[in-house]
Parts: sequence; C-alpha cells; structure tokens
Amino acid sequence: MRILGIRTAAALVLLSAAAGTTYAQDSTKGVHIGLQYSPGTRPGVVVLPMLGVGGDSAQAIIQRDLDYGDRLTTIQNVGNVGVTTANVNYALFAKLGAAAIVQGFLGPTALHVLVHDVRGQKILVTRDFAVPATVGTPEWRFALHAASDEIEKSITGTRGIAATRVLFVRDGQIYVCDADGYDVKALSPKEGAMSPAWHPSGRYIAYSVFTKAGTEIVIQDLTNGGTRHLVGTPGGLNSAPVFTPDGKWVVYAHGDEVGTDLFAANPFSNDAARRITVGHGTDNTQPTFSPDGQQIAFTSGRSGHPEIYITDFDGTNAELLTPFEFGGEFYREGPDWSPDGRSVAFGSWIGGIFQVETISLRDRSVKQLTSEGRNEDPSYAPDSRHLVFTSSRSGVHELWVLDVESGRVRQLTFGSEARLAAWSRALVPSP
Amino acid sequence: MTRLSRVVPLSLMLIAAAVAAACGGSKPAPQAPAPAAAPAPSGPNTDSIDQARRDSIARAQRTADSLRAEQDRLAAAIAAARNTITAMIYFDLDKSDLTDQDKASLDQKIPILNANASLRIKVAGNCDERGSDEYNLALGQRRAAAAKRYLTDHGVDGSRIDVISYGKERPVAQGHDEGAWAQNRNDQFEITAGGDNLRTSGQ
Repeated sequence: MRILGIRTAAALVLLSAAAGTTYAQDSTKGVHIGLQYSPGTRPGVVVLPMLGVGGDSAQAIIQRDLDYGDRLTTIQNVGNVGVTTANVNYALFAKLGAAAIVQGFLGPTALHVLVHDVRGQKILVTRDFAVPATVGTPEWRFALHAASDEIEKSITGTRGIAATRVLFVRDGQIYVCDADGYDVKALSPKEGAMSPAWHPSGRYIAYSVFTKAGTEIVIQDLTNGGTRHLVGTPGGLNSAPVFTPDGKWVVYAHGDEVGTDLFAANPFSNDAARRITVGHGTDNTQPTFSPDGQQIAFTSGRSGHPEIYITDFDGTNAELLTPFEFGGEFYREGPDWSPDGRSVAFGSWIGGIFQVETISLRDRSVKQLTSEGRNEDPSYAPDSRHLVFTSSRSGVHELWVLDVESGRVRQLTFGSEARLAAWSRALVPSP
Repeated sequence: MTRLSRVVPLSLMLIAAAVAAACGGSKPAPQAPAPAAAPAPSGPNTDSIDQARRDSIARAQRTADSLRAEQDRLAAAIAAARNTITAMIYFDLDKSDLTDQDKASLDQKIPILNANASLRIKVAGNCDERGSDEYNLALGQRRAAAAKRYLTDHGVDGSRIDVISYGKERPVAQGHDEGAWAQNRNDQFEITAGGDNLRTSGQ
C-alpha cells in the first residue's frame, strides 16, 4: 500500500518551506514522492475532505476506491492544507507528490466534484454526480462508487471498477457484495447453491442448486427475486452456468450417465438445450466465454486429468490451451477469460496445492500469480487487471482481490467461508 | 400369529375334556382347589389334569418362542439385506473405476434387487476435498454412473436406479488427511422405495 501518512506529509511541508525542493522517501518500501511524476508510475492524488452532510464518508469512500484501483497513490490525511475558497496552492500539492486533487461538495441530490491538474495548475474536470438523498444507504454508497470510477477515468484515462459487485457462495447460499467488500447480502435461500454467474446486463444471475433429482440451473431476476429453473436437459447434473456476452444464452455442464458435456440453453424459455461438446464419456465443465462470444474455454478431463481447453461456440475446433507437460501431477481447472480477451486465468495444481495462474492467448506463456496457501477459482474484474479468487491463506477460505500488475492483494470477505466468486461488469452505465 | 391363537382354544378344550372325564362329564366347571391343609385327593385323574394343563402351557410357550425367533430371524435378514444394499463403495483419487472390492459389493446387491421388484435405489457419488468444487460434481456423477452401469449390465432394470452427484459438498469424514479423503471418495446407496420386508435371495 502506497500511502503517505500525515506526519510525513507535514514534515514535507516544513522541509520544503525551509529548504526549497525536497526529495522524500515514504516509509513504505518502493514509494517515491518527488516533485514530478512520470507517466507509467502511479500518480499521487489527494482527495480533500468534503463539505456537506455525509462529506466525511464520501471522502473516505472515494479515497478508498481510488486506492483499490491500484493506478493511483492516495496521499492521505493531508487536511485542508493548501486550499482556500479563493484558490488552490498547487505548488504545495506538487511538493506532496500529488499529480491530481479531488475536491468535492456533497449536496442533497448531487456530489459536485472538481478534479485539479497539479502540474498544469488548473481545474481538469468539473462534474456533478447524482446521489440519493439518504446518506449511508447501499444505494448512496454505490452512487459514490460510480463517481470514483469517473474520477479515476479523468485522471488516468481508465475507468475504475468501484461500481461493480461480486457474487459468491457461503453456506450453500448465493451472496453478493460491493467491490469494496461492503453491503454483503444473501440472494438465495439455502439449497446447496453453487457457481453463481452474472448476466451481462447485471439484472439476472444464474447458479446451480441441489434437488432430489440431481442439480438444476436457476435463473434469478435481481429486480424482484423471481426465479425459474432451466429444463433444457432435465435430470442429472446441471452445473457451472455462464451467460454468453450478448446475454442470449446460458452455457452449462450437463452430466447424466455417460460423462459431462457443455450445453447451451435459452435462459428464458423451456426449449431443449443444444449440445456443444462431445466428450465421449469424459468430463467437460466450467465454461467461460471470450469477450466476442465466439469461443469457450473450459475444463476437460479428456486427456486423463483436468486441463483447460478452448472450443468454438458450436463445439468445433476443441484444442488444449494449457501446456501439456510430461511427468509430475497436473490438474488445471476453473478458467476465466479476461474481459480484454488477452488471457485466461485458472487454478493449477503446483507442488501439491492449487495456485492461480494466467495463460496468454497470444503466446501461451504462463504466469503464476499466487504462492501463499491454496488459491483457486479466479474471476476477472472488468478492467482485466484485478482478479477475485478463493484463498485459504488466512486459515479460512475467503475471497481475496489481486492486482495482477502490482501483485497487491486485499481480503474481500470476512467471517464464514466464501468461495466461487464471480465479478460483475460495470453496473452503472458510462455517462 | 395365527398358530398361536389356534393353540389357546385347543388347550382350553383339552383341559375341559380332562375335567369332564374326571367329573363324570356332567359338571362343566372344575372344582375349586381343596384347602391346603387337607391333602388333595391324589390319584391318576387329578395328576393327569395338572399335567395336561402344564403340557399345553409349555406347548403354547414353545410356539410363542419359536414364532418370536422366526420374527427375529426375519428382521435380522431384512436388516442384513438393507445393509448390503446401502453398503458404500470406494474409489481411488480422481478415478471412477470400480475396484474388485467394489464389484464384489455390487455383486451382493444384485440378488436382493432381483428378489424385490419394487425396490428402488439412489446412488450418490462423492469426492474428497482436494480437487475443484465444480469439477468434482462431474467426477461424482461419473462415480455414481459407474455403479449404476455395473448393476444394469448385470440385469437390473435401470429405471429402478437414480443417480446423483454431491461432488465434495457432503463429506462423510471431516478430516484433512488420507484417512478422511479415502472415506469421502465413495458412492452411497439409498433405498428410495420398496425397502420394507426385503426378501433375501434365499427365500
């Protein structure tokens, strides 16, 4: 975490006043606070205390969202130093290492935001974000997350991922929480629910439940909680559902008495499902779509042990994706295709335990992302840079978020076991 | 039950006949027992009445005992048949192949299934905790299907056997070592209908 504490900031101010330009090292390893920043590093940003009812919470939420995005270094606890009603002391902020300042005024229906360019010594952007009247509700928090994502875009050029949610399984129920871990809510009754997945619109989810006859896929409408069960392949095992990127189909694994294969069904009708894979009695499950909807990566045991394969949506051209090596124990599973289409993340059995790896679709190079505890079932955030996954590193299976570029991890869920996460797309449309 | 109820009126008839013979036939009810001070008139007729009564009571007792023993044997046979049907089979890591032990266990279930036409079972496949949650649902399904296929290959009608997978979601053993894992890589068999009064193949 790259955070400049208040004492260091104050020290900087004094030092710079006394000695002209100063070069200071934060106590956190590897952080540089200088007078200038270069593109490609993490620009410093100060989120000033916000005026208005709920201003303190709003400032904390936006500051945390920018920190969790891992593209900016939040310079914290600066106070209102350097800002008067008349003007902003840009030189002072430059000495603090800030490239940008976020200034906000929280009114009864909107948050008024000014983003300052420190080097340019001017206001970069002025925006108003609609905010619900009641401070502190989940809807209010989510509106602030949407503001954070736009603020991040105005500073870094990339939209943030704060206004997104993560589905997961706990105690046989489907839960959802915001990307910052707040507002955890149960969505389904306890029916041995597993494998939640988002419809691209964010309005529906799919998951499997245990019934007397086997497992069934449930489609749930989040606006009213209404559910329907898929009957495209009645009976047997029906699991690991995922929606196509255009939202028209749900693809899932169906197993009866001759292996498990991928099938596609209309999520909103009772039409028979269409077979995709022909596994000849092997197990084929855990589908994930390329962003263009043309290809599916999935787990298959057809070689004798689970590996990741790719097939066209119509089931043709199935080929092995993960590198097949001789000798040793191999078990690769739980693939997730990055939203930018460039890589597939998956769980891999390494040294007797699962770790999260990614494979590049361009050159098939494999990168190991985790090493502590058991880590599996990765799901990409919409920025293709953050992943949520299940980890046992705290002693209990919980969800953790990893930034692939910096390696930073943060714990997302707390309390009883959480697993099988699915990260949504952006849930607030880009203005 | 019917045999016992037939025994009782028969013994009463024997007693009544013995009494009638002893009393010359006209008096239906036996005399009240004589006071203990005066010795009961002994003689072949009184002794034989008592003996007949004791004999018929003893016979009734033996019949009841043998009936109970028969019922116990029947209950034990039914319990044994249920245990044979519900006996679990076990698998090697990541495998759904039936071991010789598994086949022997399944072989014992076949005659019971053949002898009880209304018997229906459900086979549930399970996995140990180490693999993937979702992939293990498919592996468990394959393990249950393997047991069903063995039974249908040996003549059992497939419509009497349901198959389900619980993956690694319902372990029987909670530990995190090979002892627990080996127990959790299993098929479980549940009687879903026709499980009362199971006939074993010998009947």
